Amino acid sequence: MSLVMTHARYQFLETIRIPVAVIGTMFFPAASMAFFVVPSTGDNPVAATYATASMVVFATSTTCLFQYGIGVSEDRAQPWDPYVRTLPAGAFPRFAGRILNGLVFLVLSFAPVLVIGAVATEATASPVELALGLGALVAGAVPFTLLGLTIGYALPSKAALAVAQLLFFPLAFGGGLMSAPGQAPGWVEVISPYLPTRGAAELMWAAVGDRTPDRTAVLMLAIWTVVLAAGATWAYRRDEGRRFS
Amino acid sequence: MPEPLARAIEVSRRYGDVLALDRLSLDVGDGEIVGLLGPNGAGKSTLLNLLVGLRRPTAGRVELFGGHPRDPVRRKQIGVTPQETGLPPTLRVGEVVDFVAAHYPDPVDRDELLTRFGIEDLRRRQTGGLSGGQKRRLAVALAFVGRPRLVLLDEPTTGLDVSARRALWEAIRAFEGSVLLTSHYLEEIEELADRVVVIGQGRVLADGTVAAVRGLVALRRVSVQATTLPPLAGVVSMTHDNGRTHLMTADSDQLVRELVGTGAPFSDLEIHAASLEEAFLTLTTET
Repeated sequence: MSLVMTHARYQFLETIRIPVAVIGTMFFPAASMAFFVVPSTGDNPVAATYATASMVVFATSTTCLFQYGIGVSEDRAQPWDPYVRTLPAGAFPRFAGRILNGLVFLVLSFAPVLVIGAVATEATASPVELALGLGALVAGAVPFTLLGLTIGYALPSKAALAVAQLLFFPLAFGGGLMSAPGQAPGWVEVISPYLPTRGAAELMWAAVGDRTPDRTAVLMLAIWTVVLAAGATWAYRRDEGRRFS
Repeated sequence: MPEPLARAIEVSRRYGDVLALDRLSLDVGDGEIVGLLGPNGAGKSTLLNLLVGLRRPTAGRVELFGGHPRDPVRRKQIGVTPQETGLPPTLRVGEVVDFVAAHYPDPVDRDELLTRFGIEDLRRRQTGGLSGGQKRRLAVALAFVGRPRLVLLDEPTTGLDVSARRALWEAIRAFEGSVLLTSHYLEEIEELADRVVVIGQGRVLADGTVAAVRGLVALRRVSVQATTLPPLAGVVSMTHDNGRTHLMTADSDQLVRELVGTGAPFSDLEIHAASLEEAFLTLTTET
């Protein structure tokens, strides 16, 4: 266990020493919040709460996608990675350390959104709703972590960057994160239940608001989780087979 | 005889169509300093990667301290410097040492280690800002962090200038455990190793003391303008091109004396020290 913490700590140090990467993680969701949500929701607490919830999902899904997708594929290209495998530890501490480190940046990505939501909008959530929201966040972040790992282990870093960038906007917009629940343009409402972003958002909306989650979207989120778990496992094993067998 | 620290037993390793190792066997005994010498692509790095558990053999078996190299417990007693220096650029030198040290039960004191390798002044520097030679010294130092019984160094001094190379040799020589190192510099192997294993095309071509192997690989090339020559003693190999004849020999003085003595016509005599590449080629074609 202490080795997991060691790996997490040094991976965190590696990332935090490039401040612009950290600011990038925090800036985009916060800016979306400040420029789109704050002016448009006015003094409507329900709309502000849903929009803040959407932005939290946006922040966590994109952070998972980029953090794991690009981080893993860049590390795979570095000779440091096989060197670490010669140390007396299996592959697990490095992997677990990576997930822990990812969680820290996940928190960093949505914390500003919550602060802006609380300070600059009428959004409200009770402690129970916040706790439920945390559960929704975890359930929603898992498939995006797996998607990031799939991309990171399957693709070289330049391709991983391009694929992550290609995916993140359609996922966010197509999942209905840019609009109030049920208020997205017609075609988005048609496709969004089939995207994992919508399922994650449905859970989050239900946690903090008075809303029953859409069944199709939640079922699809579960299916995405299983499919992406298989994808990540496949990509990880393939990478192991190529570099360490 | 005590159990060897590392063993390769009839090991073959194939990458696609390329056979990198061909039923190679090698033991590294306790206290031995073994130099693996061979041209690029001979299979030296592949052998090291098998011994540290990064790769699996296609056939045959590798052992580390009598067990499987993939078992982390076995790897507690080794230290590794890979051929390529890859250090996390944003971490400081001291942090990299601490990170590696965290994997071992009884690591060497950080400052003591850095001093031993002459990089104590760099402790606070990020590795991304180090020169190539400084990075290489750190990469070699990391192999010694865990007080290993066996260190495996893959071309430890590649890319270093003469003084840095000497300093690193000093530090490696001061180590009291066993060493398996690869190099394509005969000089480096002579400085460090007591036993030399010459590898070519995935096989052991020669295995012996530095002096014995030096006699095998330290060849001279005697070239003359002549199309035919009488048979001469001490010629390891003979090639012809453009009307010249090239003779590889361990003793060029004796060969020239003998050549002159035969009275055979020749002109434009040239003698060169054969490069290691040429020597390897001779060894490979001979066997």
